[in-house]
Amino acid sequence: MPESKGRFGIHGGQYIPETLMNAVIELEEAYNHYKNDPEFNKELTELLNEYAGRPSNLYYAEKMTKDLGGAKIYLKREDLNHTGSHKINNVLGQALLAKKMGKTRLIAETGAGQHGVATATAAALFGMECVIFMGKVDTERQALNVYRMKLLGADVIPVTSGTATLKDAVSECMREWTTRIDDTHYCLGSVMGPHPFPTIVRDFQAVISRESKAQMLEKEGRLPDYVLACCGGGSNAIGSFYHYIEDKDVKLIGCEAAGRGIDTFETAATINTGKLGIFHGMKSYFCQDEYGQIAPVYSISAGLDYPGIGPEHANLHDTGRAQYVAITDDEAVNAFEYLSRMEGIIPAIESAHAVAHAMKLAPTLGKDKIMVVTISGRGDKDCAAIARYRGEDINE
Amino acid sequence: MSNTAKAFENGKAFIAFITCGDPDLETTANCVVEMQKAGASLIELGIPFSDPTAEGPVIMEASLRALENGCTTDKIFDMVNRLRTELGVTIPMVFMTYANVVFSYGIERFCKKSSECGIDGIILPDVPYEEKDEFDGICKQYGVDLISLIAPTSHERIAMIAKEASGFIYIVSSLGVTGVRSSITTDIPSLCAAVKAATDVPCAIGFGISTPEQAATMSKSADGVIVGSAIVKIIAEYGKDAPAKVGEYVKSMVDAIG
Repeated sequence: MPESKGRFGIHGGQYIPETLMNAVIELEEAYNHYKNDPEFNKELTELLNEYAGRPSNLYYAEKMTKDLGGAKIYLKREDLNHTGSHKINNVLGQALLAKKMGKTRLIAETGAGQHGVATATAAALFGMECVIFMGKVDTERQALNVYRMKLLGADVIPVTSGTATLKDAVSECMREWTTRIDDTHYCLGSVMGPHPFPTIVRDFQAVISRESKAQMLEKEGRLPDYVLACCGGGSNAIGSFYHYIEDKDVKLIGCEAAGRGIDTFETAATINTGKLGIFHGMKSYFCQDEYGQIAPVYSISAGLDYPGIGPEHANLHDTGRAQYVAITDDEAVNAFEYLSRMEGIIPAIESAHAVAHAMKLAPTLGKDKIMVVTISGRGDKDCAAIARYRGEDINE
Repeated sequence: MSNTAKAFENGKAFIAFITCGDPDLETTANCVVEMQKAGASLIELGIPFSDPTAEGPVIMEASLRALENGCTTDKIFDMVNRLRTELGVTIPMVFMTYANVVFSYGIERFCKKSSECGIDGIILPDVPYEEKDEFDGICKQYGVDLISLIAPTSHERIAMIAKEASGFIYIVSSLGVTGVRSSITTDIPSLCAAVKAATDVPCAIGFGISTPEQAATMSKSADGVIVGSAIVKIIAEYGKDAPAKVGEYVKSMVDAIG
């Protein structure tokens, strides 16, 4: 009897071509071996600490807290990691795993370019070949990251099919992997795709909540009341939530990209507007039409501009353990500017979606409440695009 | 024996793939009629999907053109109905599409309609052995074969997949996606022999086959050959005038495997 693996409630699974099945089975076996291997974990911890700069700070945003006048706000500073985002946590884990598996080449999709930059960085560090697939539209709105990847020695392939954004980059990566499997590891950047990726990426990103929980206990002597993170595919969100899932009093909130609004077609808010489907290797919620054609989604944030969400999030939504709210472009841009002026921290436009919800939520809560907001990445990459959004014509 | 397997009763089978609705369903229907006339044994009707991750550029672009031209699953059911009731198509026909097209329509509703309009099987390249139960039980209930795929990387999985296969087995000739290839480097005779050792269900080879010479070589090892991108390419070039050209091409391929 066939056995479907990697389920989170009804979500997840392995909906991929037969050509890739042995590759994901091999990956699962390797991961199950190495995740409990003390030597592997020692090497990974050393990389995270010595190379990526972990642990990341849990910073008390005092000015922001006072300005909003409600809950006490802490920022989990993933933006301070090497390469500027949480993506490095997963990439170092997967690159190390790939190396142990004897792979010499990494391929990856990227939206905003953060995962591409992180993968190119790990490939440089480990002396591996690297090819990054990026939607052509995204190569244009994130030109600086394209240059960074090339500088790090990666080939960047602009993807022109479909909507030429993140989903098309993922599709192209899957096509590439079916073409060349033996020496190549697909370093998937989010908690999505076929099993075992949602689990592997979650485990490598769980360092965020492992740290924040310990830091919170040290600073406040108790757990937070709320944990907020932006959510596209959902890797920084699941990393931010994971170690709190069993702590039922901690409310978990994922902030999706509403684009121009969830009542418009120009949105990427999967939980808020999508329905159950099967795509990119998994069963989960997807933005799609009545015939199951995947919708062309939109967000100002290239990193959240994806029509699906990871299967574990879909299940956290089904069970009511986490809540998913939708944040518009306008709200995110306001939050981007707000955090820059208020705390001197320029967040990635993705992370600004979580900041925007914190700005709405904190004033409604008492001063005795505590929230942790994950700043998943830094916003340098977004400055030119936000300037253009505000009507300023600047050169990068 | 399932209706699908009947395609293999009279010598080697030539299986022709076409993307429905490119450039329009009228042309698709006319092509199917011509392909039957030219001696095709089975037709794979591709229901276009927005993000076909197992396809190369030729079928991917055809799918997007079809969707832009307003092709939908329901309109395709209507076309199949017409092929069976008005246009005299009697050879087996199977759908090739992606899991989400079937899932979003409702697996049961999809299988029921398929069966009612005269579809004999379904190929879902993104549903491997591990996920097939969700679809296969319902397919069986409606007498529609869920076609199993075997790839050059399947190795020790071959027997497991082949033993539960129905209709025919789709052997993927090469790594990568669909599309014309100048040469196929997989050891096809060994792959086919491994499949045949595990089952009596007929097997057909697809991915990358476009010339009569390739078809002749492949048909030595397998019970049939599948051609997709080469046909879709002719349609992309000739549009509404494609049916006659497609018929000529299919005839040359049928003769080659004769």
